Amino acid sequence: MAIKAFSRRLAIYYGWYTFGFIIFLIALAILEKEGMPRLWIGYMFLFSTIVLYAGIGVICRTSDMSEYYVAGRRVPPVFNGMATAADWISAASFISLAGGMYLLGFDGLAYILGWTGGYCLVAILIAPYLNKFGQYTVSDFLAARYTGPYDSKVVRMLAVAATVLVSFTYVVAQIYGVGLITSRFAGVDFSVGIFLGLASILVCSFLGGMRAITWTQIAQYIIMLIAYMIPVVWLSAKHTDIPIPQIAYGTVLAKLGEREKELNRDPREQQVRTIFLQRAAEYDARLKALPRSWEEGRIEMQRHVEKLRHSNASLIEIRAAARELSLYPHDPEEAQRKWTEARTYNLIRAEPVVAHKTPFPGKDKASSDNKRNNFLALAFCLMLGTAALPHVLVRFYTTPSVPATRSAVFWTLLFIMLIYLTVPALAVLVKYDIYTSLVGSEFSRLPSWVSYWANIDKTNPLVRINDLNKDGIVQLAEIALDGDIVVLATPEIAGLPYVISALIAAGGLAAALSTADGLLLTISNALSHDIYYKTVDPAASTQKRVTISKLLLIVVALIAAYAASLKPGNILSVVGASFSLAASTLFPALVLGVFWKRANQQGAIAAMLAGFGVCVCYMMLTAPTLGGSALNQWFGIAPISAGVFGVPAGLLALVVVSLLTPAPSKYSNALVDHIRTP
Amino acid sequence: MNNKNNISLSRLRAYWPRARLLSFLLLAAWFLATFLTVFFARELADIEIFGWPVSFYMAAQGLALLYLSLIGLYVLYMRRLDRGLRKEAKDGN
Repeated sequence: MAIKAFSRRLAIYYGWYTFGFIIFLIALAILEKEGMPRLWIGYMFLFSTIVLYAGIGVICRTSDMSEYYVAGRRVPPVFNGMATAADWISAASFISLAGGMYLLGFDGLAYILGWTGGYCLVAILIAPYLNKFGQYTVSDFLAARYTGPYDSKVVRMLAVAATVLVSFTYVVAQIYGVGLITSRFAGVDFSVGIFLGLASILVCSFLGGMRAITWTQIAQYIIMLIAYMIPVVWLSAKHTDIPIPQIAYGTVLAKLGEREKELNRDPREQQVRTIFLQRAAEYDARLKALPRSWEEGRIEMQRHVEKLRHSNASLIEIRAAARELSLYPHDPEEAQRKWTEARTYNLIRAEPVVAHKTPFPGKDKASSDNKRNNFLALAFCLMLGTAALPHVLVRFYTTPSVPATRSAVFWTLLFIMLIYLTVPALAVLVKYDIYTSLVGSEFSRLPSWVSYWANIDKTNPLVRINDLNKDGIVQLAEIALDGDIVVLATPEIAGLPYVISALIAAGGLAAALSTADGLLLTISNALSHDIYYKTVDPAASTQKRVTISKLLLIVVALIAAYAASLKPGNILSVVGASFSLAASTLFPALVLGVFWKRANQQGAIAAMLAGFGVCVCYMMLTAPTLGGSALNQWFGIAPISAGVFGVPAGLLALVVVSLLTPAPSKYSNALVDHIRTP
Repeated sequence: MNNKNNISLSRLRAYWPRARLLSFLLLAAWFLATFLTVFFARELADIEIFGWPVSFYMAAQGLALLYLSLIGLYVLYMRRLDRGLRKEAKDGN
C-alpha cells in the first residue's frame, strides 16, 4: 500500500511538472512572437533545463549507500520504466536514428527491431533474476554465481573490465552529443558545451547517485517525448489530416513510392546522375594512370596558381586555388586512397533513387541476400547486446520486487516504443516533404532552413545543395544530406516556430544527459564497489564507499569529457560495436548462470574470454578503421555484428569447459534456487 | 530461514519447469517471428494490408508491438504462477 501511495504522489508531482513545462513552452512561443531573438530562446531552453536537472539532483542528494547505488530499491514499475527508457534512448537514437531511416530506408529498421526486441530477453532471461539476487552491480551477480577453484575476483574483474570498456565508449559518444547539440543551438564552443553539460551531469549524479538520476531521468523522458512528438504530429496532420503519425504514415508511404518512381523517370534527374558518373569515370582514369597522373595533376595545379598570380586575378580566386593545392594529395599513396574514396562517393551519388519500402535492395540476388543476412545479424546483435548492457541491467535492481521488475520491463519497452515507433514515421514524412516541396523548387527561393543548416557546421555541412546541371531547379540527386538534419530541421520543415527547434535541442540534450548519467554511475560504481570495496579494502565503511564512488565519478567524467573533446571519429564508430562486445562477453555467462545449474566458474571465465576474444578479433580483422579489411569477412557479415560469432563462441566455451570440469558447489546451486524463486 | 528454504525447494520443483517452459515458448515466438519476417521480407513486400506493405509494417511497428505483447503475456502468466506458488507454500506450512 505504501508503494501505491508513493506512486500516486509521484504521478501528481510529474503531472504538475509536465503542466509547468507546457506553460513554459507556451510562454516562450508568445515571447518569440513578440520578437525575442532566436539565440535567447535557445539559451533559455538549454540553461533552464540544465538548471532543472541540477535542481532535482540537489533535492535528491544522498550519501546513504542503498539510496546512492540502487535508489533505495523502491522505484515503482511505471516510473522505473520511464527512467530506463530515458537511460536507454541515447543522443544517437534521438538525433540520428530517424536520419538513418531516411538514408537507409527499410534496411535501417534493423535498429528499431534490435533496440526493442532486446527487451524480450531482458524481461524473460535476466531482469527478474537480477532483482531477486538484490545486490548492486552486474559483476556482483557473476562473482557470486560463479564461485569455484579460482578466487571469485577473477570473474569479477573480467566482468568489471567488460562493463567499463562498453560503458566508457558509450559515454564518450553521449558527451560528444552534448557538445554537438549545445554548439549547434546555443552557438557556444564545442568544448565549452561539453563542460557545460558535464557540470549538470555531475551535480545530478554526484550528489544523489541512482536516486537523483532516476527522478531526473523521468523528467528528461517527459521532455524527450514532448519534443519528439510535436513536430511529427504536425507534419502528419499536414500531409495526411490525421494527427497520429504512427497510423497515418502508411498513406504517405504509398505516395512516396509513386514520387520515387516519378523522380527516377525524370530526365533532369538522369542528367545530374550522368554528371556524377562522368566524375567517377574521371577519378577512375586518374587512378589507373597512377603515379603519373598524380604528378601531372600537381604540376598543373601549381601552374594554375602561378598563372592566377601573374594575371591580376582577384585575391579570393588566388586563395581558393592555393587552398585547393594544399588539399591536393601529398603523395601517390594518399592520391590512391583519396581518389578511390571520391570515385565511390560519386558512384553512390549517381545511383537511382531506391524505393523506401523495398527490403534489401541490391543489384543481384547475392548482394540482396548479403544485405538480408547483415540485417538479421545486426538485429540479433543489438538485441543480445541490449540484454547485456550493464547500465540498463542495474536499473532492475531499483524495483521493489520480482513481479514489479517484470512489469518494469514491460513499461520500459512501452515508453521506448512511444518514441521508436514514431521514428520510421518521421523519416517517411520528412522524406516525402523533401521529395515533393524541396525537389523541383527554384534555387533562388530555397527555404530558409537549408541555408541555416548549411552554415551551422562549416567543415561538415549538414546539408549541401549545388546546382550541378545549371537549370536553376533543385533535383533530388543534387541534394546531399547528413542524417542528423532529419530530426534537427523537422520543426522548420513543418513550418513551426523556432521554439520547437529549441525544444528539439532540449530533447536531444535530455537524451544525451540521461544516458550519460546512467553510464557514468555504472562505471564509477563498478570501480568503487567491485574493485575498491570487493577487492582492495573489504573493511571499508559504507560512508567511505559512497565517498570513493563520488570521487571516481568525477574522475571518470573528466576523462570521458576530455576524450570527447578530442572529437574521436574512431570512438564514435565503435559505439555501435559496443553492443556486440557486451553481448559476446556478458550474455552467455549471465543467462546460463540462471538457466543452467551445471555452469561453473571455469566455464564462465572461458566464456567471457572466448566471447570477447572472438568478437574483438573479428572486428580487428574486418573493420577498416581498426586496420582490417572487408575481404576477411565470414559470410559477408559486417564488423558491427561481430556478436553473431562472439555469442555462440561464448556459449560453446561455457558449455564445453563446464562439462569438462567438476560441477559447481552446493552454494552455487542454492543461489540459483534462491534467485529462481520469486 | 532454513525451513523456508526447504519449502522453497519443493515448491520450486513444480514452479520452475513451468516458468522455464513459458520462457522457452515466448522466446521461440520471439525468435521465429523476427527471423521469418526478415528472412522472407522480400516476398512479403508485395503483399499489402490496409495500404501497408506487410514486411515494412512488421519491421517498423508490428514486431515491436509483438515484443511488447510477449512481455505482457509473460508478466501476466508469471503473476499467476507466483500466486499458485504462494498458495502452495501456505498449504505446506
